[in-house]
Amino acid sequence: MSKEDSMTRTLTHLERLEAESIHIMREVVAEAEHPVMLYSVGKDSAVMLHLARKAFYPSPPPFPLLHVDTTWKFRDMYALRDRMATESGMELLVYQNPEAVEKGINPFDHGPLHTDMWKTEGLKQALDHYGFDVAFGGARRDEEKSRAKERVFSFRSANHRWDPKNQRPELWNLYNAKKSKAESIRCFPISNWTELDIWQYIHLNDIPIVPLYFAEKRPTVERDGMLLMVDDDRFPLRESEVPVERSIRFRTLGCYPLTGAVESEAKTLPEVIQEMLLTTTSERQGRIIDKDGGDASMEKKKQEGYF
Amino acid sequence: MTDPIYQTDALIAEDIDAYLESHQHKSLLRFITCGSVDDGKSTLIGRLLYDSKMIFEDQLAALEADSKRVGTQGQEIDFALLVDGLAAEREQGITIDVAYRFFTTEKRKFIVADTPGHEQYTRNMVTGASTADLAVILIDARKGVLTQTRRHSFLAHLIGIRNIVLAVNKMDLVDYSQKVFDDIVADYRIFADSIGIQAFTAMPISGFKGDNITALSPNTPWYQGKPLIQHLEEVEVDNIVDQAKPFRMAVQWVNRPNLDFRGFSGQIASGTVKPGDEVRVLPSGKTSTVSRIVTLDGDLAEAVAGQSVTICLADEIDCSRGDVLAIADHPPQVADQFEASIVWMSDEHLIPGRPYWLKLGTQMVSATIQPPKYQVNVNTMEHLAARTLELNGIGVAVVSTDKPIVFEPYDQSRTLGGFILIDRMTNATVAAGMLHFSLRRAQNVHWQALDVSREAHAVMKNQTPAVLWFTGLSGAGKSTIANLVEKKLHALGKHTFLLDGDNVRHGLNKDLGFTETDRIENIRRVGEVARLMADAGLIVLSAFISPFRAERDMVRHMMPDGEFIEVHIDTPLAEAEKRDVKGLYKKARAGELKNFTGIDSPYEPPENPEIRIDTTKLSPEDAAELIVERLLA
Repeated sequence: MSKEDSMTRTLTHLERLEAESIHIMREVVAEAEHPVMLYSVGKDSAVMLHLARKAFYPSPPPFPLLHVDTTWKFRDMYALRDRMATESGMELLVYQNPEAVEKGINPFDHGPLHTDMWKTEGLKQALDHYGFDVAFGGARRDEEKSRAKERVFSFRSANHRWDPKNQRPELWNLYNAKKSKAESIRCFPISNWTELDIWQYIHLNDIPIVPLYFAEKRPTVERDGMLLMVDDDRFPLRESEVPVERSIRFRTLGCYPLTGAVESEAKTLPEVIQEMLLTTTSERQGRIIDKDGGDASMEKKKQEGYF
Repeated sequence: MTDPIYQTDALIAEDIDAYLESHQHKSLLRFITCGSVDDGKSTLIGRLLYDSKMIFEDQLAALEADSKRVGTQGQEIDFALLVDGLAAEREQGITIDVAYRFFTTEKRKFIVADTPGHEQYTRNMVTGASTADLAVILIDARKGVLTQTRRHSFLAHLIGIRNIVLAVNKMDLVDYSQKVFDDIVADYRIFADSIGIQAFTAMPISGFKGDNITALSPNTPWYQGKPLIQHLEEVEVDNIVDQAKPFRMAVQWVNRPNLDFRGFSGQIASGTVKPGDEVRVLPSGKTSTVSRIVTLDGDLAEAVAGQSVTICLADEIDCSRGDVLAIADHPPQVADQFEASIVWMSDEHLIPGRPYWLKLGTQMVSATIQPPKYQVNVNTMEHLAARTLELNGIGVAVVSTDKPIVFEPYDQSRTLGGFILIDRMTNATVAAGMLHFSLRRAQNVHWQALDVSREAHAVMKNQTPAVLWFTGLSGAGKSTIANLVEKKLHALGKHTFLLDGDNVRHGLNKDLGFTETDRIENIRRVGEVARLMADAGLIVLSAFISPFRAERDMVRHMMPDGEFIEVHIDTPLAEAEKRDVKGLYKKARAGELKNFTGIDSPYEPPENPEIRIDTTKLSPEDAAELIVERLLA
């Protein structure tokens, strides 16, 4: 073997994914006027943030983090969010839709309106408020079928709508970031990562994630076929409902009343990965949001401006 | 499903750390599947996902229900439904688009670009193919090589995919017949040769039954190759090939956190780099030495093609976004005019001469496209005359940029040879292109410096070199007048040479026919020869119909300013046809000669020729006299 002489080296799939994501982020920074990174504190956001730090090192990532808050995230998420902003040296912007604040919109009383107002409307308002023209998001193509066909640079009209029929062709690693003043771009640098890639990368790079991803005894109730965690005293218990301590963890994180837990004993990252690999249900099954509105619900939400 | 390729469950359950260790060393192969639903493409992808356990229980439950409801496979699972999750969107009238799917085996991770096969989705297929290392071209064993097989192969080859797998599918429906398979492969080989595909790997499979997918099938004992998955696991990825090429990195961003640090960030397009390497910044040509390769995980001793890094140089030299860092003694070319293949991707057709944004690597310049030299019929590979390119149209045209750009031919570098065109009004991406070669070299290209320069050649001959380019209809009198001009110049002691169409075709261009491309190539070669002769100090006379402005302009741009003298031998068609010295017009009118200029192929007269000869007013003798006068004036 003349492997040493030839100096060629097969990049691993994670090295290639990493290099691609970094390339995408640098293109945005070079061509956008006012970019921002949407930070949801989940595992995908954690990887995206880590990639941003790699892309611009030794500079801190030259854009702020934006958390579109619903006030209903898990407490652990708020804690990690503040810690990561400090560690990365980036500015953290937290936006809460003032109308939703005023009306006290919550997932228990308002159903789909909750996601609509806090997340979809909140995001649009935040982007308009700060005048961001490109927003990084941590969506992956393996998550959901409408995402499987979305571009890395995804165009939004002046009123933030996505038009799946009219996407720009995206060839090689050439991204077209040109747009008119009122339009904006959602950019997905980890489009080509899978759930396993994300976990593997977190493991290899020792990236901090919310402890809720690991199993622990937590107070839960079973409701409509889902295991919900009672994260604070805002959780309205129904008659006959008594929180039960169960060893649970979460595969995805969102608003705690909308996020189903799985019973698990996986306390370490390898154990979590092990469980994920042996599991038989897809990742977003624990999320209510994908289901209301039928089969194409995510696509519909995206068209309306949801990430 | 007891296939060892996917049998990782045991390891996952018993020793997750060992599994993770093995998993993190997997390489990545990106491939594209080409074929229509009828060829079993969706079934094949569905099977790959299913066999590699990429389908979860909830998805499988939905699939089983769908299979019974609308499936075409009786009570069996219809894998096609899994992939055609886009079917719902199709019903809503959404453009069928590239979908990316992911699966993994023991040895590799895979990203499949699942692209639609119909002609109206050519642009989608090109998009999916642009990032692929390999293409799986599906053929229905019952149908053999079809028009769409040819189209898919042409597109895959056009976009530069080196690894082509010809998957002859549905072998179960032809009783696993070796003869059927061999005949299809032989058929395909003839076609592949004709479009320049040098090698491909053929395999008999059944996506539905699973033959030769993960393991060799007992149904095809005559098949000596590998099963599909094994081939996909072992084929060499482009990344390895790229590492063997000279170092190039397009600078994306200058990293300047403080006054003490200045690094150049980019993704290495080809080659390898390490501290101490001498590099050149293009287009300026300035050189420096790599001092550090910086990453968050620490400085690197070496970086290779595909990696995103930040490079620091030993000297404070100018370098910014759009520049290219390259190995100093083997830099890429810099030019501002090119021949390129263009795939049009917009509903609004190409407008020749209109400025578009051109993005190549990290360079963004303004560019204009000349009317295409020809368009390719993607079904027959015929070259057709075209004035523009419509949606999904593929053609070859001259691209001019408003300033020189750093580039490499596409077949050497996807990164420095592939570009997109952007509409300046709508900002839409309207086309993708692949540069073939430059037509006009920019000044800071490093030519082999010759001690005896072209000026020295000319001085010794006591003349100014020139190319007199005679253009006009067949029978206009080009050769006659050019001959007279040469005689007169010769008598005056000038060093001349006459390049005549017929003579050149007996030798230099005897491999060329009379198709559109061949005629263009004919002119290009003649142009190059004329240029070399002018470099040697000669006065060159070329007599060619050369009906298209684009080609004449191409030759004009090969020459130094003022040395190309276009002589339009202007004879009306009626007059030329009346003379019909060689009897060609009669044949053309009778339909015996195709693509005859003036009859069924256009002649584009020069707009501003240096010299125009009206043969209805001037005799050949007088015309020659006039040309000599003007030349020596």
